[in-house]
Amino acid sequence: MATNEENIPSYQDLDFYKSQRRLALANCGFIDPESIEDYIASDGYQALSKVLTEMKPQEVIDEVKESGLRGRGGGGFPTGMKWQFAYDASGDKKYIICNADEGDPGAFMDRGLLEGDPHSILEGMIIGGYAIGADEGYIYIRAEYPLAIKRLEKAITAAEEKGLLGEDIFGSGFNFKLQIKAGAGAFVCGEETGLMASIEGERGMPTPRPPFPANKGLWDKPSNINNVETFANIPIIIREGAASFKELGTEDSSGTKVFALTGMIENTGLAEVEMGTTMREIIFGIGGGIQDDKEFKAVQIGGPSGGCLPDEKLDLPIDYDSLIEAGAMMGSGGLVVMDENSCMVDVARFFLNFVQSESCGKCTPCREGTRRMLEILNRITQGEGEEEDLELLRTLAESVKKLSLCGLGKTAPNPVLSTLRYFEDEYEAHIKNDECPGGVCQNLLPGYIIDYEKCIGCTYCIDACPIDVVDGRLEEIHEINEEDCNACGACEPECPVDAIIQKNYIEHFPQYRHLLEEDEEEVEA
Amino acid sequence: MKLTINGEKLEATEGQTILEVAQENGIDIPNLCYSPELKPEGACRMCVVDIEGVADPVTACTTEVSAGMVVETETPSLKKMRKVLVELMLANHDVECLTCDKAGDCKLQDYAYRYSVKKVRFEGEKTEFKGIKDDNPFFIRDNRKCILCYKCVNLCKQVQGEASINLENRGFDTRVTTAFDLPLEEINCQFCGLCVNECPTGALMEKSALRKARNWELKKGSTICPYCGVGCELELNIDENDQIVKVTTNSDNVNRGQTCVKGKFGLDFVNSEERLTKPLIKEEGRFREASWEEALDKVADNFGRIRDEFGGDATAALSSAKCTNEENYLMQKFMRAVMGTNSVDHCARL
Ligand SMILES: Cc1cc2nc3c(=O)[nH]c(=O)nc-3n(C[C@H](O)[C@H](O)[C@H](O)COP(=O)(O)O)c2cc1C
Repeated sequence: MATNEENIPSYQDLDFYKSQRRLALANCGFIDPESIEDYIASDGYQALSKVLTEMKPQEVIDEVKESGLRGRGGGGFPTGMKWQFAYDASGDKKYIICNADEGDPGAFMDRGLLEGDPHSILEGMIIGGYAIGADEGYIYIRAEYPLAIKRLEKAITAAEEKGLLGEDIFGSGFNFKLQIKAGAGAFVCGEETGLMASIEGERGMPTPRPPFPANKGLWDKPSNINNVETFANIPIIIREGAASFKELGTEDSSGTKVFALTGMIENTGLAEVEMGTTMREIIFGIGGGIQDDKEFKAVQIGGPSGGCLPDEKLDLPIDYDSLIEAGAMMGSGGLVVMDENSCMVDVARFFLNFVQSESCGKCTPCREGTRRMLEILNRITQGEGEEEDLELLRTLAESVKKLSLCGLGKTAPNPVLSTLRYFEDEYEAHIKNDECPGGVCQNLLPGYIIDYEKCIGCTYCIDACPIDVVDGRLEEIHEINEEDCNACGACEPECPVDAIIQKNYIEHFPQYRHLLEEDEEEVEA
Repeated sequence: MKLTINGEKLEATEGQTILEVAQENGIDIPNLCYSPELKPEGACRMCVVDIEGVADPVTACTTEVSAGMVVETETPSLKKMRKVLVELMLANHDVECLTCDKAGDCKLQDYAYRYSVKKVRFEGEKTEFKGIKDDNPFFIRDNRKCILCYKCVNLCKQVQGEASINLENRGFDTRVTTAFDLPLEEINCQFCGLCVNECPTGALMEKSALRKARNWELKKGSTICPYCGVGCELELNIDENDQIVKVTTNSDNVNRGQTCVKGKFGLDFVNSEERLTKPLIKEEGRFREASWEEALDKVADNFGRIRDEFGGDATAALSSAKCTNEENYLMQKFMRAVMGTNSVDHCARL
């Protein structure tokens, strides 16, 4: 047994966990998320008890300010300052709202927290409610998270039974109740004003700010809205003290951040690291590097409206401000890693397609502009791009960014702008040379050719071709109609004599020279 | 408080928006979704302006003024951006200005001219068109010309209180329609026509005006609605044959741009052949034309005769909601003081 124990490394020693700093995620996977006793046993609700019995609301706000905590939902707005606005707003009724809409494709940080440690979010919200003077809170959560909803419901019931929610909590005279509102999954409902409209039963469309939610929020009452991870950090700050939180991370971005690591890397999953960790550490340390020893090409950070950063940005310490400067953003923490076989134009097209189909349709630049941008990108990836297209794309991107009503439109052009900034050569290859350097865009892939010296006329390739562009009869030499071949490659593995070759290989290998000459002869003739 | 717009030093009060102050001072900031009757929607983005010290342009309709603010409304970069916006709207628009009945009274057309949109650079797909909706006697709805300023939706909800129309789908597929696409006559639409009055393009147009005249050929005449005592101000749009082609209203009228269905769509009687323009007196079962003097004398004589012969209580009077308050007052006064009866009533009491 002893030998076995030596052979099985402790989880802290695994590459994936070694340089993580699990603060918000500390309980996830270690306690039973459906047991309030488990949460309490790991110091849960101690922060709430401290706040309600020892601190004034303003003191709570000051502590959060001091911690330097910034919103984890995307914008990075200082949380303490936001709470101050809501506290200062006059009104007898206030609301506190948790944004658990998590609409970024591929992101699951909030889901991890909600499913793994729901009480920490409840505790953060009750503390927030006390601080700003709200007696009612809403958790707006996407209906696609049924397990998270079930666990939140259980957590709320358990907290009510223990007197941690309801009237006169801890005998302090403070009352607080929590409700869950399941959202139907529109991305734009994650935007705070759209979210509140949705709770009110309206169409989920953002409204102009100001007025800000702190003054006129849910049902026109002063409201404070924070992200799941933001709330999860609150009990830690109160329990451990603002100073120890501030020690983590960088000067302007304190604490940790959870990232959802996906893409072409060895280790994927939720990674919580100190702010200021470099992208290289996350991708090559925690992530274990690129799959199959391929080359790193880019990392897309910040969700669908984040930006794509190239290898020269790998040593960038991750914090709110440096990412903005580099043309990306923290967003909610999505990290998609791309290898050499990715096409950056196609990546931009993919993300733009997402945001344009999620546009609510309210403001002109986002509704119309993102569609026109998508059309241009479609053209380029189909090999029909014109040189003017890049100029048009830039004009549209600038206008959509500057003129849109809400964050969705304001950030929608980011994937396009950042790829234009770092990978313009790929756009040009598509437009000028009809080439897709990543080998992704079907219309631009070099087609296949049959080596007439090898072909035995077995017809296997004819049967394999899904679009019937291989001509020939049994025991006669077959030929691929190059014009119509869409380079799907279905025929290649079927050939028993390896006679099918991708066209771009022929000039690189002497054994195919005869095919090349023939091509040239044809040109001359 | 004081602020500066385009170099002009202006006076404003707290709570006013940049757009309101500009309009008060004759500075024309383009806008499509704004109405003084509505909460600012901030949808069309045409009213973007630059504020000194603020990085990105802001919408004038939603931004409140502050003391010392320095605003520019027509910088080269703003013009460029507005041009892009107009192009984006036109790219998804049925551009048939040559024959469109809205031409000459269309804000989109005006802004295309103002920002020199000669050719749209971003041609592409258009939002799916389900056909012109001709489901009521008064106006048509043509989604191909809708630029989604949402004024109709907001006016119907915030001003008229009906919320008969709303949006379906989202993003590029967004469309204004009724619940389940039902015909307007089958839902709660009151046909007040407020949406038609305020539509900046040809998406909503009065049927009475289709193919009748170009807008610049119409004479405009202001009048008071003859239907009731509310006294809405109407604007008659009259063609060269003195026919009323359509009735519009203005948001600076007493009725702030609102009318009911009668004022907006019910004035066709004015041009009716059968309309009485002279008094008629019935003799031996047949009507003959008479002068006002003769007709009034006859009425007065008979009123006097009945009162003297049978007493005032043999008479009664019912007056009309088409009369003003003052006229109704005079009517009852006349009945009480001259005829000597309290038998007075008014049709609105029924
Ligand atoms: C299009 C769009 C989608 C958003 N989606 C989310 C989301 O899913 N979750 C979230 O917490 N914040 C989201 N946000 C940010 C919220 O508007 C808001 O800034 C955030 O909830 C504030 O919380 P924080 O200060 O704790 O970050 C989104 C913003 C935009 C513009």
